[in-house]
Amino acid sequence: MWLFLLSEILIFGGLFLVYAMYRAKHPADFHAASLELSRFDGTLNTAILLTSSLTAVLAIFSLQELNKPRRTAWFLAATIGFGFAFLVVKAFEWGAKFQHGLYPRAAELGTRPHGEILYFGLYFTMTGLHALHVIIGMVVLSVMLAWVLGKKATQQKSAALENAGLYWHLVDIIWIFLFPLFYLIS
Amino acid sequence: MSYARYVYVWIALLVLTAITVTTAGLNIGRVGIIIVLAIAAGKSTLVLLWFMHLRTEKRLLLKLLVPISIATLAIFIGLTYTDILTR
Repeated sequence: MWLFLLSEILIFGGLFLVYAMYRAKHPADFHAASLELSRFDGTLNTAILLTSSLTAVLAIFSLQELNKPRRTAWFLAATIGFGFAFLVVKAFEWGAKFQHGLYPRAAELGTRPHGEILYFGLYFTMTGLHALHVIIGMVVLSVMLAWVLGKKATQQKSAALENAGLYWHLVDIIWIFLFPLFYLIS
Repeated sequence: MSYARYVYVWIALLVLTAITVTTAGLNIGRVGIIIVLAIAAGKSTLVLLWFMHLRTEKRLLLKLLVPISIATLAIFIGLTYTDILTR
């Protein structure tokens, strides 16, 4: 599982490298473009995702250490709910960007400086790929929820649940870096 | 209650988020970037050690593999960035 997680880090690592290079080439454009993002939405989503990581770890702890599957099920449901809340905020954010004509190949964006076009290309690629990971994580956690309820995952057989948790935390860590790079640094 | 330690880590993560957002609002230029990135590194370390249980991981290879991989990636990105900046 950890090897898979490291390969995931490399995927995003490559994108971070691209970001770093273009940022170094167009610092002023990146600054101007990052001011277009809603810092409030980004902070809210950070809090949501951090909280979902807490409920994920509590779900695993409840099963492995306390042997309370019902509690685990509730914590898993909460984690999935937070994941959904994250996507809702993200959808509103993207919606606002589309309304302002700030999306790839939009006419409005085409009139902006080169660096801003690159910034929004990276913004949609990286947050989009991250949102895809959130969706996959929610599917995996839903399967785990069904397994816990169906007694397929128990205190003795909790490896799958643990790996699902690891994946969810990794998605959280990636966001921990995406958030300052796109929303804060300016 | 044994949940407490995880809740403490979560509170620490939220406090760090609040600090990083405040720092970014100050507009202190390059120092701000370093602080914000350092806090992001600190937050992921908390998640890795406590939520992902690397702190109590018994397999030494795994324990070393993760920090080494991340350090390698950080060096790649750092060196490329300095190369571009000093061209």
